[in-house]
Amino acid sequence: MKALMYGWEFPPHILGGLGTASYGLTRGMAMQPDMDITFVIPKPWGDEDQSFLKIVGACNVPIVWRDVDWDYVKSRIGKYMDPQKYYDYRDRIYADFTYRHVNDLGCIEFSGRYPDNLLEEINNYSIVAGVVARTEQFDIIHAHDWLTYPAGIHTKQVSGKPLVIHVHATDYDRSRGNVNPDVYNIEKNGMDNADHIITVSNLTRQTVIEKYHQDPAKVTTVHNAVEPLSPEILAIPDKKGVKDKVITFLGRITMQKGPEYFVEAAAMVLAKAPHARFVMAGSGDKMDEMIRLAAMRGISDRFHFTGFMKGKQVYEVFKASDVYVMPSVSEPFGISPLEAMQCGVPSIISKQSGCAEILDYAVKVDYWDIEAMADAMYSIITYPAMHQFLKEEGIKEVDNIKWEYAGQKVRRIYDLLINR
Amino acid sequence: MKTICFYFQIHQPFRLKRYRFFDIGNDHYYYDDFQNEAIIRQIADRCYIPANRLLLEMIKSSGGKFKAAFSISGTALEQMEYYTPEVLDGLKELAATGNVEFLTETYAHSLASLGNEDEFKIQVQKHQEKIYSLLGVKPKVFRNTELIYSDDISELVSEMGFEGMLTEGAKHVLGWKSPNYVYASSINPDLKLLLKNDRFSEDLSVRFNNYSWNEYPLTADKYMSWIASTPEEEQIINLFMNYDVLGSFHPAESGIFDFFRALPRFAAEKGISFSLPSEVFRIFKPIDSISVPYPMSWVDEEKDCSSWLGNILQKEAFEKIKAISNRVHLIEERRIQQDWLYLQSSDHFYYMNTKHPGEKGFSPYDNPYEAFNNYMNVLADFIFRVEAQYPSSIDDEELNALLTTINNQNTRIEELEKELDKYKNKKKAPKKETVRK
Repeated sequence: MKALMYGWEFPPHILGGLGTASYGLTRGMAMQPDMDITFVIPKPWGDEDQSFLKIVGACNVPIVWRDVDWDYVKSRIGKYMDPQKYYDYRDRIYADFTYRHVNDLGCIEFSGRYPDNLLEEINNYSIVAGVVARTEQFDIIHAHDWLTYPAGIHTKQVSGKPLVIHVHATDYDRSRGNVNPDVYNIEKNGMDNADHIITVSNLTRQTVIEKYHQDPAKVTTVHNAVEPLSPEILAIPDKKGVKDKVITFLGRITMQKGPEYFVEAAAMVLAKAPHARFVMAGSGDKMDEMIRLAAMRGISDRFHFTGFMKGKQVYEVFKASDVYVMPSVSEPFGISPLEAMQCGVPSIISKQSGCAEILDYAVKVDYWDIEAMADAMYSIITYPAMHQFLKEEGIKEVDNIKWEYAGQKVRRIYDLLINR
Repeated sequence: MKTICFYFQIHQPFRLKRYRFFDIGNDHYYYDDFQNEAIIRQIADRCYIPANRLLLEMIKSSGGKFKAAFSISGTALEQMEYYTPEVLDGLKELAATGNVEFLTETYAHSLASLGNEDEFKIQVQKHQEKIYSLLGVKPKVFRNTELIYSDDISELVSEMGFEGMLTEGAKHVLGWKSPNYVYASSINPDLKLLLKNDRFSEDLSVRFNNYSWNEYPLTADKYMSWIASTPEEEQIINLFMNYDVLGSFHPAESGIFDFFRALPRFAAEKGISFSLPSEVFRIFKPIDSISVPYPMSWVDEEKDCSSWLGNILQKEAFEKIKAISNRVHLIEERRIQQDWLYLQSSDHFYYMNTKHPGEKGFSPYDNPYEAFNNYMNVLADFIFRVEAQYPSSIDDEELNALLTTINNQNTRIEELEKELDKYKNKKKAPKKETVRK
């Protein structure tokens, strides 16, 4: 079984949860002995783990014929892929793209991020997909998130193979209902053209069915999972210098994540439990507003902002925390509470997040119910038994949420589509 | 005869290093030594050292006619001691001429005058001691941080026994009145005030090097003739500015040093003298009193305190500082006392201001929010240390009662012992009587 996957991020250079999920899922699927995955991303950095799949960088695939010799190609892109592949792709350029802006190898440059001209980058990505689709051998197409749907559709049209799209988030989650019509259009188009739709939670599945008018029979939920922690991460010590109980929010500080409910609940907890300390880790467009809000509530000496956290720093924050809170207003899945629980940190999550569907040993509250949230925070930091119970049961629970199982579910969907 | 009263402000804060959440409780050193040294070193080379030399030369060449006052914050003095002792030597030389007067302010160039009376008095006293120990003079005139002044502050200052104070001649306070007289506080008429002449001060501090100013280039001759042409009865021209004007705000190439060098000669030609604030207060009587119900300062167009306590972030930080003030006063540990002063410098609050978005000004931070976060992290650690000595679980009153008991224990023990002796003697006394009988 050969799968051609389109994604936007891949560890170690990730900007959000999409990269982590792409990595976990492909790794889980690679455990199946006959699984062969080619993963296309806009711009590889050369340090991706390619032991279980093959990475193709869209920025290294030519769309305009250029007469370049082997050594030159090797010196330019040898770090990312076999130069022979370059020539294979070059042989299958399908149209005249000389009017587009390309470099000396005839490739389009990609930022690999979420730039202002994102729609243009998505379109370019889809052009490159045409070349990849004509070159690679595969049985199924799998596109991760809306940015890659056009590429998926294009590939399906070229190859006639079944298309699976994987909905990691919808614009309804990101915008609290005020969808961007361009984005909605791309999403809807992708879903309409897909042979099957995978959603990361039932919550998202519902959105896909109701807001994007999809046939329920075509939509299946495959919950995300977590990678087991590496010993290196488990060995990170708790560097916290105070004995106070630390309650943490970690993620992008945006409307979708509900940071204001966290601040309000913090103010309520501090009124009763002056020994608590709050950390808001991450950055985002609501950060300055949250700093002001904390100042307005008069809790700034016990409410700390760390700025953007990445890689190991994230786990340093978890290790120093006594409670993790994810008050997301709308979260398709939300992988961070699982990571917190792996580190033995009890979690409070909003009922509006997808991961609430598979977690039993996390406290669930409505995102708007700051009183319930404050209650839960207070009891976890005040009653050691509660903390201990959630910690132990939490670790047991997440240890059983494995990407391997998620990979098997995806595989069953592939099998159904191919043997249809 | 007209007289010019020059006053220069010198201040440097102890800037904070990047202080993360994980440092709270682990790291009790808050300052960016490298940056602090680099900045004062640079300003000393460009401004303080050549300017000291210039003023000394002006005093000598004018035959002792040139005079100027200084207000140097305690934190700036400390940094000079650490990093640029040659600046202090220059100031000592100036002090020895007797033509330079040193004013008192709050030690840390702080905002204590805006709602923290006890702290204000402590800091003023500390600053007086510092000036005396370094320069051997006892200041008699007061100048508050960035010329902040209000009726309440005037009361505090006169309570502390100062004869006069320097402040801003803000338009919204003076109205049609001229700043070129001595005024008195409306609350306490004994406290005399010198008000900054905005126009003439800012000709030097702001416009001097501005090519698009229609009076550019400004010469000492022209400047003195402007001053001479003010109405006959307005006799005092108060030129208040940062010392940095000489060589730092305006680089030496702008000609600012030569401009100053020529001032005494043209002043003498026009019959204008130079005076120190204390001399002015001795000679002139207040012409009127002014009332300032809301604090004013010499900063920005508004001339108020919105640069330090304008937004919610600044108010929050200031409230937190005020809230632990009483506790800090109980602690004798020197490091805590030192940090306490350094953390109160008004600069930390200035960095949090959101009045000029996108403009960095003097701030070492990228934006006001970063300044706030860093400051609050440091403050959280400081509060943590203070509470380690006096836990917040005991409220202030109870704590005071306990401390009084502890502080008075010796006298109390003595008292009780005396009482005990008395009873012992009493016991003995009757015995003696019986023996006599």
